[in-house]
Amino acid sequence: MTRENRRLDLLLLAALFCCAALPWYHIRSGFYGFDWLSDWAGEPLFWPLVAQLSPAQWWLWPFVPLVIAVGLLRHLCAPGPDRGGRLMALGAAGLVWLLVEGLAVGLRGWNWSLWETLFGPVAGQPAFGAGAVGLALCCLAMISFGLAERGALKGDVFVLSAITLLVGLVATFVLYPLLSMFTGAFQDFRGAFTTEGVAKNIGDPQIWSLRCVVGTGGCGVAWRTFFLALCTATGTTLLGLAFALVATRTRMPFKKGLRLMTVLPIITPPFVIGLSLILMFGRSGFVTEFIGDVTGWDPGRWLYGLTGIWIAQMLSFTPIAFLVLVGVVEGVSPSMEEASQTMRAGRWRTFRKVSLPLMAPGLANAFLIGFIESMADFGNPLVLGGSGGVLSTEIFFAVVGAQHDPARAAVLATVLLCFTLSAFLAQRLWLGRRNFATLSGKGDGGRHALLPRRVAAPVIALVTGWSLFTLFVYGMILFGGFVKVWGLDHSLTLAHYVRAFSVSFGDGLAWTGVAWDSFWTTMKIALIAAPLTAAVGLLTAWLIVRQRFPGRGVFEFALMLSFAIPGTVIGISYIMAFNLPPIQMTGTALILIFCFVFRNMPVGVRGGVAAMSQLDGSLDEASLTLGASSPRTLFKVILPLLRPAILAALVYSFVRAVTSISAVIFLVSAKYNMATAYIVGLVENGDYGVAIAYSSVLIVVMISVIGGFQLLVGDRRLRRGEGDARRAAARRIEEVPA
Amino acid sequence: MSFSQRGAVAFRGIRKAFGAFVAIPDLNLTIAPGELVTLLGPSGCGKTTTLRMLAGLEAPTEGQILIGGEDVTRLPANRRDVSMVFQSYALFPHMSVAQNVAYGLEAGGMKSRPARAAAREGLDLVGLSGMADRLPSELSGGQQQRVAVARALVLEPQVLLLDEPLSNLDARLRRRVRTEIRELQQRLGFTAVYVTHDQEEALAVSDRIVVMLEGQVAQAGPPRELYEAPASEFIADFIGEANVIDCEVTQVSDGTATVAIGAVQQTVPAREAVPGPAKLAVRANAIRLRPGRGELPGRVLSAAYLGDHMEYEVETDLGRFFAIVAESDTPMPQGSDIAVEFRSRGLALIT
Ligand SMILES: Nc1ncnc2c1ncn2[C@@H]1O[C@H](COP(=O)(O)OP(=O)(O)O)[C@@H](O)[C@H]1O
Ligand SMILES: [Mg+2]
Repeated sequence: MTRENRRLDLLLLAALFCCAALPWYHIRSGFYGFDWLSDWAGEPLFWPLVAQLSPAQWWLWPFVPLVIAVGLLRHLCAPGPDRGGRLMALGAAGLVWLLVEGLAVGLRGWNWSLWETLFGPVAGQPAFGAGAVGLALCCLAMISFGLAERGALKGDVFVLSAITLLVGLVATFVLYPLLSMFTGAFQDFRGAFTTEGVAKNIGDPQIWSLRCVVGTGGCGVAWRTFFLALCTATGTTLLGLAFALVATRTRMPFKKGLRLMTVLPIITPPFVIGLSLILMFGRSGFVTEFIGDVTGWDPGRWLYGLTGIWIAQMLSFTPIAFLVLVGVVEGVSPSMEEASQTMRAGRWRTFRKVSLPLMAPGLANAFLIGFIESMADFGNPLVLGGSGGVLSTEIFFAVVGAQHDPARAAVLATVLLCFTLSAFLAQRLWLGRRNFATLSGKGDGGRHALLPRRVAAPVIALVTGWSLFTLFVYGMILFGGFVKVWGLDHSLTLAHYVRAFSVSFGDGLAWTGVAWDSFWTTMKIALIAAPLTAAVGLLTAWLIVRQRFPGRGVFEFALMLSFAIPGTVIGISYIMAFNLPPIQMTGTALILIFCFVFRNMPVGVRGGVAAMSQLDGSLDEASLTLGASSPRTLFKVILPLLRPAILAALVYSFVRAVTSISAVIFLVSAKYNMATAYIVGLVENGDYGVAIAYSSVLIVVMISVIGGFQLLVGDRRLRRGEGDARRAAARRIEEVPA
Repeated sequence: MSFSQRGAVAFRGIRKAFGAFVAIPDLNLTIAPGELVTLLGPSGCGKTTTLRMLAGLEAPTEGQILIGGEDVTRLPANRRDVSMVFQSYALFPHMSVAQNVAYGLEAGGMKSRPARAAAREGLDLVGLSGMADRLPSELSGGQQQRVAVARALVLEPQVLLLDEPLSNLDARLRRRVRTEIRELQQRLGFTAVYVTHDQEEALAVSDRIVVMLEGQVAQAGPPRELYEAPASEFIADFIGEANVIDCEVTQVSDGTATVAIGAVQQTVPAREAVPGPAKLAVRANAIRLRPGRGELPGRVLSAAYLGDHMEYEVETDLGRFFAIVAESDTPMPQGSDIAVEFRSRGLALIT
């Protein structure tokens, strides 16, 4: 049994390296520049742990006995449950101490005055650097090695390490930011505890006022957001149902085209719809002007406010509702309807008494998804909000605007989070109890009954109208980029594209357009984030589907819960968590990457879970009984079979990283500006031409990425019957709500 | 590990619980090297669980498992010297047949060239030499099954585990493949644990059958012993569909017992019988039906024509009998009165 000792030796080496070679503290100029290597000797900030040890920094000392204790364990104890237990205890102790000292001692000394009176004043310390992070990982490894030696999960150290690593990552990048946000609400500018901010904001009539219902005046922003979400959810569900019915139960032509529509929300940066609506119905929109010319009536600024946001959200989220509902409508087994018809029920009666009730859970699901999407939407309200915003934009302006009130932002974010999480939990509870999906593995033949005529006619009319409207809106985006000055001078021009994307070949290639900078940053960061997202997502999916470990249900639930965290909340929590020691990342590319990975990971998880559930579990077991280790099983058997799911996860996390705005806008910096944030800046300056040109380019790029991917996967149909499963896996991942 | 122990298996005080549900309360079982042991029992009795514990895919809640005299209870599946043929075959669909067979060898550290060569030998062994470069989806069910066997065998494991290996094949093929597996096992002399719920299959291939019921061993022994001397009503019924009836042992002498079945007197092997009331297993083919009246009168409840034989259900004072009669040219019509008689071979006292 030397395997246990060998890996412990490696762990010891790694821990020693982290303590004796890597800089313990955060390096402002960036670790990966490796500039620090040249000044290593002269600059104490770059020194590793062993060089930082001084009586003044006594809180660093405990790490020395920790590493020594691990070394002693290695050489004095035989591998076994006993040593495993001690190893776990040491790892946990190391992590806890790192956490405590990191949180307690900030840049300028103690973070809480209480500690100062207890332990006396101390000098401050910078944030964790490579050494500290490395040691934290070593502690995680100690815990998993310890668990393995105790025989947990049949002693599979790979699986145990993967689980501890994931738990550590989720704790750091999901839980810790949220907690920081909550505590942020209770701190003043210098970090001292105060309830003033919360007290002031929690009862703020601007948030909670109900004056629009009783009395006069406007309602609070919380109620407005809630009301908007209800309207959007109702509207998108009804429209989505209409589309789903048309797609499955009528003889309308162009049905295939409807399915294409479902990719739109994924490839469109979320504010683009709002932008296009402004071009049509804004003060100088062409519809407005047309009406003005013909009737002399000026509709005014009606678009800016809840009505406009509502229309934009309807356009944005109807495809999502359609995607959910088309599965539901197809899932109603035709034989149920045929049974009803053989019992002398007419089409209308069958539809009302059998089909609709069977679809009810699906409708509720679509409603709740619409509700959450609307609550979390940031792009459309930002562009169309005008004076009366919604929660997500209020949060943004509380941080970046003139008010600069982090406590207010935290309170608002908490309110928003409560709304979305309640909706999510309601969805889970509701669906848990009534799930009568009648879809079974058996193809039970039969065809869906066509819609009764009196329903079909209005539904087809509605769907056709709305589709035309959507097409029109998107056409407007493409067209708007070629017009000189919208509303004033409608002559065609390429000027906006030239300004954004010009290149010059003077001496060598020079990217002279204003958009290139953010464009390349976006591509770079999205390209780095996508494989990480896919890897983390699929690893998680594998653990959830294939490994039985205690707490798996909770783990899965927590991950799915992160679906319901609005991007704005993530953004605000990230700047609150990662702006100051112990972990400092704001203004770097790293924070953007982590944000994308943990925001988009649920997409990868869902796709991976769906694809992996289709793989026979005995394939893994066969591989194990043939003597392959679990990493070998994962890489040689599971991953090759999941290739389409991997590609899908890659593409979708890439696309979503490129088109998202809500979290990103908090995290961009001058050095790392993202395309969407840059476009929003253009819109705020009224620079619509370039903004629209840039947006169209993004949409076209995303369409080609997705199209290329579909071609790739479509071509991978191997021999007999395999293609179907592959395409099903690829399709499944599209069904994830954005 | 002494060489003579290679291939020996022992379960010692094994208990397996899934949460609150106890699948296997207390299992003790030893398997000799080179033996083919069948785990037989109704669905849900714990056969697969037992096999998976031996493979290392499931950890026992309590107890010890030994393979080749070595305690492997805490060893993960990939470090145990056993390999398994799965019910669904579990061939890796993205690898060719040869790659499938070489997979375990390469996982064990063999270079790919010798692994390929060994894989080809393995395929020769099961008669699939020409199929090395096909994908599993391009093989028939029986061929896939043989690839699964070859894949497990090339590792030369101490023990080969087979979980209902034939259940995905049609009846005709099942007979052929089970003979092939048995021949291979006797030729190469490895230990095999074979799970099935089909008593005929068990009788045909085993050195020893272990009949399980609700996680317990109901009876273990060579096929003939189980058939001829069932230890319980359950065994008698499960192996060879016997009618179990009450009888009275009137006399025991010289290893034969005289039993009274109603008014019928019959001699059967005594086993450990003592005079007094007892239970008798009557095989369906040990019943003769004669038109007219006799010592045990009965009436035909139903009759089914099956080509070369007839199946009857007969009502008598002693209860219902299920009878298989080889003669099918002059069937007895439903509702007719008949006399029931017994052959002495095919009767067994349950002890
Ligand atoms: N993973 C599991 N979780 C809970 N119960 C299980 C699990 N696997 C098997 N069982 C139960 O254990 C019993 C034995 O199952 P199994 O060994 O598969 O039976 P079989 O003899 O048909 O192969 C069954 O009642 C089954 O429901
Ligand atoms: Mg089974």
